[in-house]
Amino acid sequence: MKYTLRVWRQTGPTATGSLVEYEVDDVTPDMSFLEMLDVLNERLQLAGDAPVAFDHDCREGICGACGVMIDGVAHGPGKATTTCQLHMRQFDPARPIVIEPWRAAPFPVVRDLVVDRSALDRVIEAGGYISTRTGAAPDAHALPVAKPDADTAFEAAACIGCGACVAACPNGSSMLFTAAKTTHLGALPQGQPERFTRARTMVETQDDLGFGGCTLTGECTAVCPKGIPLSTIARLNHDVLTAAMRGD
Amino acid sequence: MYWTTRPRRSYRGRMAVTSPAPVRPEKPVAQGFPRRLWASTVGKKAVMAVTGAILFGYLLAHMIGNLTIFFGDIDGYGVFLRRLLAPVLGYGGLVWVIRAVLVLAVVLHMTAAIQLARRSARARPVGYAKRPRAQGGYAARTMRWGGVIIALFVGYHLLDLTAGVLNPHGVDGQIHANVVADFRHWYVVAAYTLAVVALGFHLRHGLWSGLRSLGRAPSRSAAAALVVALVITIGFLSVPYAVLFGIVR
Repeated sequence: MKYTLRVWRQTGPTATGSLVEYEVDDVTPDMSFLEMLDVLNERLQLAGDAPVAFDHDCREGICGACGVMIDGVAHGPGKATTTCQLHMRQFDPARPIVIEPWRAAPFPVVRDLVVDRSALDRVIEAGGYISTRTGAAPDAHALPVAKPDADTAFEAAACIGCGACVAACPNGSSMLFTAAKTTHLGALPQGQPERFTRARTMVETQDDLGFGGCTLTGECTAVCPKGIPLSTIARLNHDVLTAAMRGD
Repeated sequence: MYWTTRPRRSYRGRMAVTSPAPVRPEKPVAQGFPRRLWASTVGKKAVMAVTGAILFGYLLAHMIGNLTIFFGDIDGYGVFLRRLLAPVLGYGGLVWVIRAVLVLAVVLHMTAAIQLARRSARARPVGYAKRPRAQGGYAARTMRWGGVIIALFVGYHLLDLTAGVLNPHGVDGQIHANVVADFRHWYVVAAYTLAVVALGFHLRHGLWSGLRSLGRAPSRSAAAALVVALVITIGFLSVPYAVLFGIVR
């Protein structure tokens, strides 16, 4: 099968980029989306052109490295999947595929489809941890966790930090990412001591880094490869407002 | 305050920075509850939720007041409102207190909305070449322009039925006559319909998301918000259409 791609090409952070059209032949339906890009890059290199830069690592949907905007949808057409888990059978060869990088002021383009997502690391540094006594591993049942709390925390802990929520959000907000982290830690007993300060400092940091504010449009959760629910955002709001009231 | 959130002055200049990612600017943390609230995007949304709730409470009372045109004497209702707490606030005093609260709520609601909208625009300076219709609901996507329509309508509505300047009858206190003079014209009814439908959409998303902005996510709140928005929309539209079709004369 032959596909037409319109790919964002940009040589560096300060360069002006543009969409460039490519035709990729000999694509099989079983190829993954990234394998199709690999085929394109092999051809580009043979022709002496620079390959299309894109982020990827595990290619099994668990690392959070990959992620591009495919036809205006973060991670493409699959529900609750990452870009690497897409297959070419999900695309119609008759229609060109538009591939763009995540767009947000705090996610500057490094090259082509690669963006710098370090801003999310800055948000994590601001409170995405728990303070605990280190040493020998505690006994398995030393600290009981109620099943509903464990489920809530686990659901939120599935976040792989890919940044699709920011890319999809009409406000360029990282709220779903931050909410996943604060819910993951704040629902568990180990995360209680810093629960409210964590919520406050992480939101302050994302605000300061230039992310937008949340308007609960639900775009983020629709594209999230791990299906993090919007209810985590309500929980984060609750914790931030509690911190503001208590002066934490 | 933890070490990781402290300004990393000690790192700077010693490390080669290759990353184009933004660095958190050094600035003092806001002190005191109101300042803290206003400094944060979450706080601003909480302000919008609370002021939105005040405005919603007013809308509910306003709608019930309007319905007295079907069940009683709306001119008498106007007098009743002005006599409420008259010994304390004077005749019509309560109405002015309510107006002051509403103006404050509207100013806070709009200021927060405009500041957040501008922040959102800054957060995505380069848009997408291809972007299909958003996956979220129509109501969520039209909050900002819907709000602008409602604000413009409130201006017209005050000049029409409060000040009477734009009303064909326009006599102070003759509420029934003013309303009937207004809604005999199809174009006035059309303008009211547009605004009230915009209000319905605004309320549907506003009620649902307002609860979340305040940290509450009750089950079935989406359905409840839809029902409440429909009741308000139908309640407000019942009067103009009743006049237009000659049910109220």
